[in-house]
Amino acid sequence: MDSEIRILSATGVLGSGFREETLKRAMALGPAFIGADSGSTDPGPYYLGSGENLFSDSACKRDLRLILLAARAAKIPAIIGSAYTGGADAQLERLAGIAREIAREEKLSFKLATIRSEQDKGYLKKKLREGKITPLANAPCFDEGVIDRSVHIVGMCGIEPYIEALQNGADVILAGRSSDTSIFAALPVMKGFNPATVWHMAKILECGAACVVLRKYPDCMFATVTNDYFIVEPPNPDYRCDPVSVASHNLYENSTPYELVEPSGILDTRHAQYEAVSDRAVRVSGSTFRPAQRYTIKLEGVELAGYQSIIVGAVRDPIILRQLDSWLDGLVKASKDRIRAVFGGDIESRYRLDVRVFGKNAAMGPLEPETGIGHEVGLLFQMTAPTQELATSLMKSVGHMAVHYPVPEWSGLITSIAYPYSPPEIARGASYRFNMNHVVEPASPLEMFRIGYENV
Amino acid sequence: MAKLWQVAKLIRSKNSGPFELTFDVIFKDRATYEKVRDAKVINAQWFARIYRLTPEVVSVIEYDAANAIKVTIPRPVISGDVDDTDVFGGQQYGPLVDLEVPEG
Repeated sequence: MDSEIRILSATGVLGSGFREETLKRAMALGPAFIGADSGSTDPGPYYLGSGENLFSDSACKRDLRLILLAARAAKIPAIIGSAYTGGADAQLERLAGIAREIAREEKLSFKLATIRSEQDKGYLKKKLREGKITPLANAPCFDEGVIDRSVHIVGMCGIEPYIEALQNGADVILAGRSSDTSIFAALPVMKGFNPATVWHMAKILECGAACVVLRKYPDCMFATVTNDYFIVEPPNPDYRCDPVSVASHNLYENSTPYELVEPSGILDTRHAQYEAVSDRAVRVSGSTFRPAQRYTIKLEGVELAGYQSIIVGAVRDPIILRQLDSWLDGLVKASKDRIRAVFGGDIESRYRLDVRVFGKNAAMGPLEPETGIGHEVGLLFQMTAPTQELATSLMKSVGHMAVHYPVPEWSGLITSIAYPYSPPEIARGASYRFNMNHVVEPASPLEMFRIGYENV
Repeated sequence: MAKLWQVAKLIRSKNSGPFELTFDVIFKDRATYEKVRDAKVINAQWFARIYRLTPEVVSVIEYDAANAIKVTIPRPVISGDVDDTDVFGGQQYGPLVDLEVPEG
């Protein structure tokens, strides 16, 4: 076994970018593979629901092209996880299509492995009946109805499918939904490195340059891993890490900095030590890894919440602003009356109308402790209905009612909202909802994932 | 007394997955961190009051390695749901900024 292994994280998320010059510098350091994460639940449920990607195809292709060119030139694997934000099968296929295009354009040839992570509803129902699906913190209720309603359900894979693909000679691995860290942990664990050191390194590298002191733009990150410690050092000379910046990264998007839960166990960083080895590199040691009693795969699923139409407007009249809440209540009631008059009483249960007030509590909603407003407020009317056509139709009634809704102080017809657009209503398309926060106990780490191979 | 923003180098909120919201306060230096940490002014009761929760569901973690205090709460609304105001959870820390804390 080698005494050390070097790892290159190209960027925090594929499509966000990195500097070509940084990648070149990092490649000169001899990494064993290049990894990059391509997904997250962070931007919300839309991506898994719709199959769209957070970034454009062009942005992803630019990043993937540079990664594939560098990896093939050095004859090292390239590993990309959580394809196209959501990691559903169609998203993985879009990313694989881009990899094939790049191969054609650049005359590259490689063995491509794809790891599909979308879940079969029949399989999940069987697991549910067997009591093999359990909730995580703050999970919504889960039953067969939730499974049936879901548009897409993915399982978040661990390192095992990657290791399987690597052992079968894959040069490029594209995975559906994956734990971010597994992208970076798979190959070092396969080579026999201490899992505690490896998983901690993976947590630090999965966000690319996020662990530097001041991240001005997305870029690559590099680590050298031994059995007892790893050293993280940014390959971009303009960046530096210090012990606090590296330790701080454990805080990011994690409910505790001390534990990182993976399918196969828990990384415990309570006794980790962070020491500067230069003014820009940090040595990390001392974490432990507790293998899990039971191997679990986290599920992510979304269902359709409805289709939305929105209207944006502003109110400037001090007379209206003085009575904003009651004016809005009256406006909503009048709009609902008008909708009932047009569509009949049955319409009530088929839509919901919400108003968000920017300048009052748009960021925190009902939790906002401040009560004052300024010289104007922004209004966002939001209609949610089972079809886009219905949402838009209903919103047209609201838009007209709202723009002329009176206040007692003025007599005669007023125009009470400044609409910046014609038409005021904007079709927002489908809105989705995350509907599970649960783990499954599969019979084996590979059971929920399907690995395909092709020579590109 | 000082305001928290005056002694912190970063105050932020963010999703920890779609079902939890997590707050990080990273202090400018060790001494200030220890003073605020030991004064327990960032505590479960304060979060429970502001975010309308019971203190039992508020997790407060002192993280010496980064001179930081982390607080995690159940997300008031699931990220991106029809009622959600903040998909990334990134603007929920406002009330923390002016919290009064002992001076460093």
